[in-house]
Amino acid sequence: MGTVILLTLTGLGLAALYFLVASGLSLVFGLADVLNFAHGLFLGVGAYATWWAAGNLPGAGGDGFGFVLAVVFGVAAGTLVAVLVELVLIRPLYSRTIEQVLVTVGLSLAGVALLQATWGADARPFPRPDWTRQVTGILGAQVPNGGLLLIIAAVLVLGALLAFLRWTRYGLVIRAGVENREMVTALGIDVRKAFTLVFAIGGAAAALAGALGGVYFGTVSPGQGSSLLIFAFIVVVIGGMGSVVGSAYAAVVVGLVQQFVNYYGTSGLGDICVVGLLAVVLLLRPQGIAGKVATA
Amino acid sequence: MTEPILNVEELSVRISGLHILQGVSFTVAPTGVTVLLGRNGVGKTTTLRAIVGLTPPAGEVRGTIRMGAQSLLARPTHRLVRGGLGYVPEDRCVFAGLTVAENLRLAERRGVTPAYDKVFALFPELDRRGRQRAGSLSGGQQQMLAIGRVLLNDNRLLLIDEPTKGLAPKVVTEVAEVLERVAESVPVLLVEQNLAVVRRLARDAVVLAAGKVAWTGDARELLLETGLTRSLLGVGSAEVAVPSAGSAPAIPAVARKDQH
Repeated sequence: MGTVILLTLTGLGLAALYFLVASGLSLVFGLADVLNFAHGLFLGVGAYATWWAAGNLPGAGGDGFGFVLAVVFGVAAGTLVAVLVELVLIRPLYSRTIEQVLVTVGLSLAGVALLQATWGADARPFPRPDWTRQVTGILGAQVPNGGLLLIIAAVLVLGALLAFLRWTRYGLVIRAGVENREMVTALGIDVRKAFTLVFAIGGAAAALAGALGGVYFGTVSPGQGSSLLIFAFIVVVIGGMGSVVGSAYAAVVVGLVQQFVNYYGTSGLGDICVVGLLAVVLLLRPQGIAGKVATA
Repeated sequence: MTEPILNVEELSVRISGLHILQGVSFTVAPTGVTVLLGRNGVGKTTTLRAIVGLTPPAGEVRGTIRMGAQSLLARPTHRLVRGGLGYVPEDRCVFAGLTVAENLRLAERRGVTPAYDKVFALFPELDRRGRQRAGSLSGGQQQMLAIGRVLLNDNRLLLIDEPTKGLAPKVVTEVAEVLERVAESVPVLLVEQNLAVVRRLARDAVVLAAGKVAWTGDARELLLETGLTRSLLGVGSAEVAVPSAGSAPAIPAVARKDQH
């Protein structure tokens, strides 16, 4: 019983990480039709900026309020990079899908190379509060606090995103734009502002994933964003492009399948099962769990 | 003679190698309804979309489009709409996942008081169904929502594309009545296949054929000329009935195929 609880909660921790990356990716694709392969870079920037801030930013550190400040700095850095990417590189390329893919893939590779050139290719220990290294006993299972932190953060982000989409003017524009972008402009709305906003939201969530992923794994490395991005894409496709709620459901399914199959089967089999699940969803329900609707 | 509200000169649109409009020129009067007619695929919808700046990015638009003294070409759609160009697209395009109230709220503009009173006076049902998802409305209700959304703001010109397409005869009559009332306060450029509706609403007509203007003039005159309607639109004027309240006339429409 304890093992099942532990696998469930660590699976949900992984799901939380996937959700934080996938939710922004899904909104960006749903609204702007941009397949952003550079999304993993926002995660990397968030992780490295948090790591750097903990050691160098006055007031920031690896514990208490200092750690919160370091994470805020990391999220702000990820958001800023996402906004700059949208304004400088993506905006001139809307409706030019192939060029978008080339630019975002190139940026992703260049971003990883830049992180490697600056801080080296080896994983570095991530500064984190002591309590995140400890475990909490839940129904007989000793669950790592870092995973619980990720779950709590993902639930808060999900709630905040849904409230934003449901109750704000920009949320309404995004939900409508995911359905029919052209018609939003035909109502007199400059939809490009919403594009920048979803990039900012996606960048912030991915950067938060980078910071909290550093806490969860205990290290930060240049390629972390790229490897997580693959599973985030799978989550987006299974959940349905443009649906935050769909991404949440899909992240839970993917995280749990990976964790359980890897434990009870062979290590690595969980990843293969997730790809199999993706194939099944594409065959039976190509629009994903929630289709192309920015669910509020 | 009063100045036209819209002046289209030598409008050419090429999309994916297809030369859909080949030098179209016409004007829209500052009052009443001007109808854009023609067989399927002649470029009626393409014309409206070019005016409102919705030609696909891969398309090429040339010519001159002026609303009053203002040139419309190369201006982004949202600016044209904010400048008073209201657009109701073919197939309604309501946001199915949003409620009726949210669809209307989306059309609100900062600093402008939305004319909910006017919209709900024309379409009381929209007020009653505010919390209903737009995707669950009937075709007629969706059309009313699409028109109501545009009427929330003041417009200098309305572009309305096939508002009666796919609607039941009784609903066609209701929509025609509403458009008649709307046209009392704002000029309308209407694309419409239903000739009974055209006869009821339109004062001026522009007929397109093969990407060019084939005829312009008085709409009723056109519909009385059997030879003209047969040659330009493929239907005889004798088939045209006038929709009126309480009746459900048999309404001929120009045979439909895929439109541009």
